[in-house]
Amino acid sequence: MSGVRVLVGTRKGAFVLTSDGRRGDWTVEGPHFGGWEIYHLTGSPADPNRLYASQSGGWFGQLIQRSDDGGKSWNTVGNDFAYDGDVGEHLWYDGTPRPWEFKRIWHLEPSRDDPDTVYAGAEDAALYLSTDGGAKWTELTALRTHPTGPSWQPGAGGLCLHTIILDPVHQGRIYTAISAAGAFRSDDGGASWLPINKGLRSGEIPDRDAEVGHCVHHITQHPSRPDTLFMQKHWDVMRSDDAGANWREVSGNLPSDFGFPIAVHAHEPETIYVVPIKSDSEHYPPEGKLRVYRSRTGGDEWEPLTRGLPQSDCYVNILRDAMAVDALDPCGIYFGTTGGQVYHSADDGDSWAPIVRDLPPVLSVEVQVLP
Amino acid sequence: MIRVVLPAHLKTLAHVTGEVKLEVSGQESPVTQRRVLDALEARYPMLLGTIRDRHSGERRAFVRFYACEDDLSNSSPDAPLPERVVAGEEPFIVLGAMAGG
Repeated sequence: MSGVRVLVGTRKGAFVLTSDGRRGDWTVEGPHFGGWEIYHLTGSPADPNRLYASQSGGWFGQLIQRSDDGGKSWNTVGNDFAYDGDVGEHLWYDGTPRPWEFKRIWHLEPSRDDPDTVYAGAEDAALYLSTDGGAKWTELTALRTHPTGPSWQPGAGGLCLHTIILDPVHQGRIYTAISAAGAFRSDDGGASWLPINKGLRSGEIPDRDAEVGHCVHHITQHPSRPDTLFMQKHWDVMRSDDAGANWREVSGNLPSDFGFPIAVHAHEPETIYVVPIKSDSEHYPPEGKLRVYRSRTGGDEWEPLTRGLPQSDCYVNILRDAMAVDALDPCGIYFGTTGGQVYHSADDGDSWAPIVRDLPPVLSVEVQVLP
Repeated sequence: MIRVVLPAHLKTLAHVTGEVKLEVSGQESPVTQRRVLDALEARYPMLLGTIRDRHSGERRAFVRFYACEDDLSNSSPDAPLPERVVAGEEPFIVLGAMAGG
């Protein structure tokens, strides 16, 4: 029977949760890199034993860790994330110019077919590529130096590049998302970029329909429908059916359309999941009820999934990279909270149970299905 | 022989347990903070970027340097280190500040 490995990044280390394919009994390993912030821990689709971790902290900066044996052992690889060429300026929260300054890597996105090729999304926003397993990183400068770059402003979490989608069909197509600049698409492997924010409306910026300036929280895609994208924006759940050229709102009957993660079912490309959060200043679920909402219609019509989740006095948040799905049938869904719980469902979201309850605040959750 | 005390997180990274001992000769030029850190990073390249910026060479904001009961954090990186450090009688201490994580 196949196994499942859940990779959890937290404020104070990484944890690895494993189970067999029934997903009933779990083993918790960790903390790895105790005391460090693990913004992202993820595996290569091409080699499940190849793992990458973004390890950072206020004292000692940014490191990248790599495992070649499924997390049994780790080695530091390259951490030279230099901005290439003219560093330039973006806007600060108060609208004044401020030079780009590297702070950390938010997200690592390994290639679908080469374990040594991996992309990294940085704060302040930049996209890096390594083709040697993380030893050397090269900035794909066209994104940071996009003509709109000087007008980008940070979201509350910083000017972070947090979403990287490597299109499974269109060779060289990459989607990225930056808070709070918006979504961008490259059709040439990152050599040039197009803002893809048409249809987004954001009340937090002077021009609600501006080309950039939107606080995109997360984007997801089902590999069988590469031109369809689902987005959780600061406010509003959105979808595009033309590779981001146009977006429309699909928040429908959600109790709040603010939130961070969004995920799509592994086998049903019109089934999507979000976790509504009350507001941008109240980062907890409405009414203290932790509810995952599922739409089987690609948005607009949503149903609350509550079985096994706390329905009173729950005031945690679920961050943008902290939800993932596995490829088993029925589909498994996993999410981690800022309260340190990792919940999972082994039945498409109908019921939930905690795998572990008392980790440090969870920053990221990824899942691998093992042979 | 220069003795260097690393904070726990950096000892873990470098796979060392006790003090680090480095050969930094003071015969031809003074033993300085920069030369000690150069030698440290040469032996333990996984520490590159964790104590000082990889490009500017500046000390990271939440890293401090102590020796002989003095705070050397803001001393010139090219200033000679105290003789007792050079003689191996006192360690050069790298530590994380009481904030920053």
